[in-house]
Amino acid sequence: MIRTEKLSRHFDGVVALDNTDIHIKEHQTTVIMGGSGSGKTTLLRLLAGLECPTSGHVWYGNDDLNGMNQKRLYQLRARMGMVFQYSALLNSLSVYDNVAFPLAEHTQLDKSVIHTMVTMKLEQVGLRGFENLMPSQLSGGMAKRVAFARALAMDPEVVFFDEPTSGLDPISAGVIASLIGDLTKRTKMTSIVVTHDVHAGLDIADHVILLWQGKVIAEGTSDVIRHSEDERVRQFIEGRPDGPIPFSRSETSYIEDLLHKPGTVRMS
Amino acid sequence: MSQTNTTQNSIISFFGYLGRWFLRAIESMGDAAVLSAISLAHLFHRPWQGKHIVLQLYALGVGSFIIIAITGAFTGMVLSLQGYYTLAKFGSESLLGSGVALAIIRELGPVLGAFMMVGRAGSSITAEIGIMRVTEQLDALQMMAINPKARVILPRIIAMIIALPILVTMFDIIGLAAGYVVGVELLGVNGGAFIGEMIAKITPMDLYAGWVKALGFGVLIGVICTYMGYRATPTTEGVAKATTQAVVAGSVGVLVLDYILTSFFL
Repeated sequence: MIRTEKLSRHFDGVVALDNTDIHIKEHQTTVIMGGSGSGKTTLLRLLAGLECPTSGHVWYGNDDLNGMNQKRLYQLRARMGMVFQYSALLNSLSVYDNVAFPLAEHTQLDKSVIHTMVTMKLEQVGLRGFENLMPSQLSGGMAKRVAFARALAMDPEVVFFDEPTSGLDPISAGVIASLIGDLTKRTKMTSIVVTHDVHAGLDIADHVILLWQGKVIAEGTSDVIRHSEDERVRQFIEGRPDGPIPFSRSETSYIEDLLHKPGTVRMS
Repeated sequence: MSQTNTTQNSIISFFGYLGRWFLRAIESMGDAAVLSAISLAHLFHRPWQGKHIVLQLYALGVGSFIIIAITGAFTGMVLSLQGYYTLAKFGSESLLGSGVALAIIRELGPVLGAFMMVGRAGSSITAEIGIMRVTEQLDALQMMAINPKARVILPRIIAMIIALPILVTMFDIIGLAAGYVVGVELLGVNGGAFIGEMIAKITPMDLYAGWVKALGFGVLIGVICTYMGYRATPTTEGVAKATTQAVVAGSVGVLVLDYILTSFFL
């Protein structure tokens, strides 16, 4: 359904994504995992068309996102939803109006129908009764759930999730993770989830893509990733500090630098 | 020899900095013009943004009325005081009405009104759009197939263009009334002479000049403040910097444009 072809994105000479070829299957939950700075959010934004690639292509069926005109892109986006890392709720609108926003913008539905749909979406995320609150009155978890309800408002075919469980308490994170899994199966939507929450990610994923330094280092089902013998994959899913993926971004350690600095006196 | 080289390098470095600053300024002006042109083109495309223009008109225009009224009143009052003090030296107190009116309608109304709008409404436009950028609200609009240029930028520019001439007219009326109160009621200038001179000396061209200036300042402030917010670096510091730059660029721009427009209307 969605695939990338030699997709690269550089920021001022820094390679965020390097010649990436991935394939997102329809009606499945694809989880993109990787450490901080591995390029997963960049990949998600490229897939959503929020960034332009330095080179390469993002294909939606036979349509290339790169050369697409705005009208076609917006037609495509009307069938998409996105849950942003920090929710991105419209500050000037209440919870109800945020969820109703895409419906009011893109449909001719009667207000009573919109009211019913918004109530249903809020019920799905466990926030019915909070319609009149403003985004500033919500906790991080509640805001994320409202963003989830808003993303689902138009019954999209594809939903992008950027770190949907980060910053949430375990119960909220579990609810969100199971909602993504359940809704993907029930509504036949395609979910693309970026996360570094290994357990939640592997639990809900039909397909996992693991990134490191802007490249895909492993992909497959959750079981394939869990039983991978690749040391980098093992280190990531086990959360080990030692291994081929360095914790430090510096090429040499500070102590080594000091020891090799001219004039350093060694005390034996 | 070495000191000469250091001085030469300093001069070259200074002009280099000046040149780069100038090129960046030209680049930003071009970018702002393109962004505004693209946004304004949506005025003629569906979906119509009428409702959002009215909402912005209320927020920017009605919300700024009090500050405009206070500024207008005190400007008229101080002009009357200063004018009376100067004219009394020549025994021409009767000309106070025309002096106050000409100064307010042609110059102070549009310029001070524009300054107040840059500070009150322009800065809030930049900060609001900048925060929308930081919190990914602009991206969220994109993902909901809503063009932020049409939804966020266009209504604010149009509202500023409509609001400023109206607010400047109110500034003028309040300023003249306040000038009348101080001149006639407090300083004892003849009321008939004050009004008569004012009506006799103000031509339609003076009113026209004031409105054209207000219109020009509205375009300028709308373009600068929306551009600064839209292109703000998506950090807290970036939004703060963009807001400061918007107020500085808007205020300086108003003065420069005022000189250009005044030279046309003299």
